[in-house]
Amino acid sequence: MTAETIIQSLASGLLMGLLYGLIAVGLSLIFGLMNIVNFAHGEFLMLAMYATFFLFTFVMLDPLLSMPFVAAGMFVFGAAIYLLVVRFAMRAKTNVGMVQIFATFGLAIVLRGLAQYFFTPDYRSITHSWLGGKTMSIGGIFLPVPQLVGAGLSIFAFVALYFFIKRTDFGRALEATREDAGAVALVGIDQNRVFALGWGLGSALVGLAGAIMATFFYIYPDVGASFALIAYVVVALGGFGSVFGAFAGGILVGLVEATTALVMPPSLKAVGIYAVYLLVVFIRPRGLFGSI
Amino acid sequence: MHDVTHAVRRRRDLIIAAVLISVAACVPLFVKDVYVQNIMVLTLMYAALSQSWNILGGYCGQISLGHALYFGLGAYTTAILLTKFGVLPWFGMLAGGLISALIALALGYPTFRLGGHYFAIATIVIAEIAYLLFLNWDWAGAALGIDIPVREDSWLRFQFTRSKLPYFYFALAFAAVAWLVTWWLENSKWGYWWRAVKDNPEAAESLGVVVFKSKMGAGAISAFLTAIGGAFYAMFVSYIDPESVMSFQFSLLISLPAVVGGIGTLWGPVLGAAVLIPVTELTRSFIGGSGRGVDLIVYGGLIIIISLTRPDGLLGLFSRKRKKEAVR
Repeated sequence: MTAETIIQSLASGLLMGLLYGLIAVGLSLIFGLMNIVNFAHGEFLMLAMYATFFLFTFVMLDPLLSMPFVAAGMFVFGAAIYLLVVRFAMRAKTNVGMVQIFATFGLAIVLRGLAQYFFTPDYRSITHSWLGGKTMSIGGIFLPVPQLVGAGLSIFAFVALYFFIKRTDFGRALEATREDAGAVALVGIDQNRVFALGWGLGSALVGLAGAIMATFFYIYPDVGASFALIAYVVVALGGFGSVFGAFAGGILVGLVEATTALVMPPSLKAVGIYAVYLLVVFIRPRGLFGSI
Repeated sequence: MHDVTHAVRRRRDLIIAAVLISVAACVPLFVKDVYVQNIMVLTLMYAALSQSWNILGGYCGQISLGHALYFGLGAYTTAILLTKFGVLPWFGMLAGGLISALIALALGYPTFRLGGHYFAIATIVIAEIAYLLFLNWDWAGAALGIDIPVREDSWLRFQFTRSKLPYFYFALAFAAVAWLVTWWLENSKWGYWWRAVKDNPEAAESLGVVVFKSKMGAGAISAFLTAIGGAFYAMFVSYIDPESVMSFQFSLLISLPAVVGGIGTLWGPVLGAAVLIPVTELTRSFIGGSGRGVDLIVYGGLIIIISLTRPDGLLGLFSRKRKKEAVR
């Protein structure tokens, strides 16, 4: 194993890690807002990938151009899911945590079934997008362009999210609701509206990730499942509800995955991620950056 | 006064169980259709598995989404011992149960300290690691799995090709044992602690250490019984691979009957399995055969509707009726 291969795989691990952060941040945002883990998060990613695929196939829109539309569509979808399903799950008087887990699990199964029914279980791929299949050499290291753009997009999205939360009224309402939902209701902010918008925003972020993922990954009804587990690990590693934690957790997971792939058979690379998760929570039960 | 009604209720539960078991034991006399018998075996197996899950997930409130680990360990231990060493499945079953219980103890120690979602994700991740290891473990058949050669019908080897009835009666006994263990635990010292902790968080602190130990015990019992189910399943289908016995999907299937029927209740898993398994099997064979996902839509939709409208599970329907009658 030469130094070059190590640097090479760490660099691609870093890129993938930034993308994992983007996939996971919506999950963390929603959790921070209302203490709900959306177990259908992977299926949201799957839908965004299909949306990108169909816009490419039927409207000839390149994923780079369709990205804003996919994100907007996912915003509406996420808000609708909150209003149609999650809102009712929050009303449960008993077994609240359980109801939320299994209502969103049920949702995941339905979405997967719908995708199988309408899109068939076939594997799809976007064949010749502007980014697809290209590589770029930076200082002798070859990096795939889709992942490179995805990583840049991820950094951009995290910075934008930071300013959004700090500088806009909605962002402040979001932050205030995270801190104390009851007090916010007293001030006259419609909690339901903030929650719906939070779900919209979280889903739009995974929509962005889906649009990029569609340029270099196969698209099929179960594609969300494997990424969902990585997203949970990313979010839990960083600490549930911490936006910065999702960013750092994503990078850590990407690097660990790349390192594991260097020393173990590729089919076992996820084992490294899971082992690091266990190691971290056994030492810090609230993740790296989680508060209380 | 309270104690009297409590004792009466417990005796009534026992009588209902005895009646149900006797009735179930007679069903195969009238139902000869192999397809229906197959559904009955699966229903009983899931009732027992979910009852085992419920001991940890329901009564202790530790939501495990990784019970496929114990199920898979039971199945693999039995299959490996039988095919590689010629050990009878009855011993394999016991060995699988003990291995799973030991692993549950080893895993419980660090994981029970984790809160809510961190615990649930840890259980998924642990089961997933085992799944990936088995998928890559050539000696244990890797992705191809293990084929258990079918010989003559025998109780000793627990293999029956001509009739499903022996499997049915074993599954019935398994469900009965899992139910009895839960019934017994409910009234034990542990059962009281678990209820106390649920009703009163301050009690949790004062009972901290003993409750932790009781959770370890619950985890071990739950894992042991789940592994027995895995061993049974391996012999029942005579072919196992990581996907069919250790995937995440299976962890979900084990927990759902309890959630749907009524989590942390004695009858919830039985009721949930009796509703969910036939519905799943029937939709799968009548509308889902084409692999087009309609069975998933029905199944997932059912879970959403039940968890949103009946957070206590379907069992809540009965208790509500009874309360109304009592008011009258």
